[in-house]
Formats: sequence, structure tokens, C-alpha cells
Amino acid sequence: MSVILKTEKLRVEFANREFLKSVKVALSSLDLEVNAGEVFGFLGPNGAGKTTAINVLLGFVPPKSGAAYLFGIDVRQPIARQRIGYLPEMTYYYKFLTAEELLRFYAKIFGVPRKEADKRIDQLLKLVELEQVRKRPIKTYSKGMQQRVGLAQALINKPDLLILDEPTSGLDPLGRMKVREIIQRLKNEGKTVFFSSHELGEVETVCDRVAIIHQGELKTVGRVTDIIEKHHGNLEKAFLDIVGYQPQTAS
Amino acid sequence: MKNIFAVAGIVIKELYRRKDFYVLFILTILICLIMASVNVFNDNQIIRYLKELCLLLIWVSSLVIAITTTARQIPAEKENRTLLPLLAKPLSRTQLIFGKFLGCWLACGLVLICFYVFLGALAASREHSWPLLNYFQAAFLHWFTLGTVVALTLLGSLVFAAPSSNSTICFVIVATILCIGRYLDAVALSLSEPFRSIIYAIYFTIPHLEIPFEMRNLIIHDWPLIGWNFVALDAIYLSAYTMVFLVAACLVFRRKAVN
Repeated sequence: MSVILKTEKLRVEFANREFLKSVKVALSSLDLEVNAGEVFGFLGPNGAGKTTAINVLLGFVPPKSGAAYLFGIDVRQPIARQRIGYLPEMTYYYKFLTAEELLRFYAKIFGVPRKEADKRIDQLLKLVELEQVRKRPIKTYSKGMQQRVGLAQALINKPDLLILDEPTSGLDPLGRMKVREIIQRLKNEGKTVFFSSHELGEVETVCDRVAIIHQGELKTVGRVTDIIEKHHGNLEKAFLDIVGYQPQTAS
Repeated sequence: MKNIFAVAGIVIKELYRRKDFYVLFILTILICLIMASVNVFNDNQIIRYLKELCLLLIWVSSLVIAITTTARQIPAEKENRTLLPLLAKPLSRTQLIFGKFLGCWLACGLVLICFYVFLGALAASREHSWPLLNYFQAAFLHWFTLGTVVALTLLGSLVFAAPSSNSTICFVIVATILCIGRYLDAVALSLSEPFRSIIYAIYFTIPHLEIPFEMRNLIIHDWPLIGWNFVALDAIYLSAYTMVFLVAACLVFRRKAVN
């Protein structure tokens, strides 16, 4: 099975804003491998370093040391992002554009030919149920509709790898179901999905493998079933055990 | 190149869908029309004053549009978080900078066409002549000057976080160059060392935008055309400065984390 996403001893540091304070280590020696065709969950408590790792993979943040590769290409090369789709945690797009114009703009950047782009825009707007409002500026859309535009833009290049950063945060149950359906559909098509989430039930349902990080360090990586079996419960119990959560007893 | 043009297209779309450009454009036209309707002292040559004032207004308006449009480009992308999905595409930061520059510069070109056509029509209604080549030379170098200003503002938008502070600083720099840039060598001569060397260094470092600014006289006083080789040389001179500012902007942006 080919490795699609790989990080090698990835270390990210951020300068501390307080004078004479040491740097903050956001990621420490992160080694990850995601294989083609799998749905990979990237878990950790808030501030664990999930978004930082995704930011490195997308070339937003340079690592202090180590390397990251997408399809075997160093993430610092823009071409590494040719076959990926990305949905950020908070979706904000050019509000003066319509959904159709936004998708056409992104299709142009991916080098999708005009006719093919038209076809894909029609399909995607139908998929995310925005066909009726395709000519309306994005500024008139509700939050859920904007999230669906985000999903459509992440799929415009028919990506082989989809990177989703907490895709269901802030969505209503219907929106969550839609995202889950799309992940499932991509999985059936043999696409690779890498996503961070706090929805452990959802992760348990759709993921083949998961990695759990805490305070910038990789704590565990493996098949969902194996992790659950090892911790005698469900993924939530396994997660809490791994991050060292101690329930406080009432005195 | 397709990525640069795609980004530029979005910048132009944003400009014509926002209201501030129309406000400035209509305001400039209204002031010019009011001035054109007045004939002070029954002076036959009043059209010259009118053209001078109109051209000054056009210069101020075009600088306001160029600087304010450019200053908000990258900061607005960061603030609205539209930069993340954009840079997650196979688009390099250099392409983004050049796309933003091209978009702002082309938008300024469209604005200039509107302004100069209006001025030409206004002047022709009084003078009954169309010195088209004079207008072309003045507008052409005006456009190249705006290119340098756009590139400078783009660099400033990566250094200064707030668009308002960047706009103010760029306005002060450009206004200073236009007003006193040409006299700096004379000022340096009257000073003692080390100030003389410092002022000389500034004089030879800054882009001299005063030549295109003085091209207004071609239109105001109906002066004969200047040599095309001189126009080309000045355009190359301004393009060189534009390129320096753009390369500096790319270098600054390349090192910045965008999370």
C-alpha cells in the first residue's frame, strides 16, 4: 500500500510573546504515515497540535526541523497540493463572489479545463444542495450554506487526499450527516481522508486508523478496533486513558 | 501565469463590486462638472485652470484608489481567513503577490481610462480639439507610476499589520516624493556632512515619480509631445522600481507563517 502522507520527526516551535520566555513547542518529533485509501482520524485535546500539523502539511507553517511529504513531494512545493482538497475548521470565502464564481476560480487554479470545470461545478453544487442559490453572493448565505460551499471547493479538483480540520464543528445534525456521507462516499471511491475531529463517535464510525496526539507528542497510532480492544471500552475511553485524564472525585 | 491571472481577476471583481470606487469616481466627476460650469472673470483661457484642477483631482483620486485597494488585499485575506483555502491550492506565495499586484494595477488602469476619457470629453466640449496622443502619454506614465505605488503598498501591507497605517505611510511617502523628491539634491548641497550624504543617498534611492506627474502640463498647456523613447525609458525606470518592491514583497511573504 502506497504512503500518501508522511511526516518525519516534525518539530514546530512558536516564539513566545513574553520577553525572555522560551519558545513554545507545538509539535515534537511527529512521525506519521497515512496510506492510500484509508480514512485516518487525527485526534487530540484542544491545543494538542492537530491544526499545527495540518498547517505544516499545507505549507502554511514552516517546521523547525523534520520534513513532511504529500504524495512523496515535499510540502514546501506548491505542486504537492495539486491532488489534495482542504476544508478548514472555519470556512470563510470571498463574500462578494457567488458559489459558482468561487468554484470556477479554484478550478482555474487547479488547471481544470473550462468544460470540465462547468460539469464539476454543476455536480458539486447539486451534491451540497446549493444549486438554487448558485448565483447569489456568498455574503447572503447562512453559516451552514457557507460550510457546504467549503465542502464543494474542497472537492473541485477530485482530490486523492482530503484534509479536513474539524469539518463538523459548528454544524447542525443535518450538516454533520452530509459531511459523514461525503467522507463515506470518498472512502468507497478509494480516496484517502485525513481529518481531525473531537467527535469521537463519528471517528469511530468512519475511520480505519487513528493517531492521538497530546501536547505536541504522538501518543498512539493504530487501527480503531485495536485501540478500543486494548482499552476495553470505546474510543472515548481509550482517548481519555491515552491523554491521561483523571476524573476528579467529589469530596 | 494562469494562477496570476486568476488571482488578478478576483481583485478586479472585488473592486467593481465595492462601492468606494464609485463614490470617489462620482465625487471627482461632480467636482469637475461644477468647476466646468463656472466661467470666472470671463477668461477665455479658464479651461487651462479647469484642466489643471481636474488633473490634480484625478491624480489624488487614482492614488487613493491604488493605495487603499492594495493596502487591504493581503491583510483582508488574513483577517477573513480566505488566505488558508487559497494557499491550500497549488498556488505559490510569489504567484499570489504577483496576482494581487496585477489585479490592482489593471484595476487602476481601468479607473484611469474612465477618468481621462471624462477629462478629454470635458476639455473637448470647451476647446473643440482632441489631442489624443498627449492624453495617451500622460495617462500611460500615470499608469506606470501607479504600478510602482501599488507594488510599494503591497510590500507595506506585509510589513505593517493594519491597512490604515500602511495606507497613511504610503500616502506620506508618495506625496513627499511628488512634492519635494526633485529638490532633494539641491537640499543636500546646502547641508554639511554627514547629512549631505544621507540626503543624497535618499535622492538616488527613491523612485522619482515627478516626471509622470509633470506630464500633466502636456494636457494643460497643449505642449508638444515628448519623445517616445523618453516615455519608454521612464516606463522602464518605473518598472524596475516596481520589480524591486515586488521581489522584496515576495521575500518578506515567503518567510511569514500564515496560520
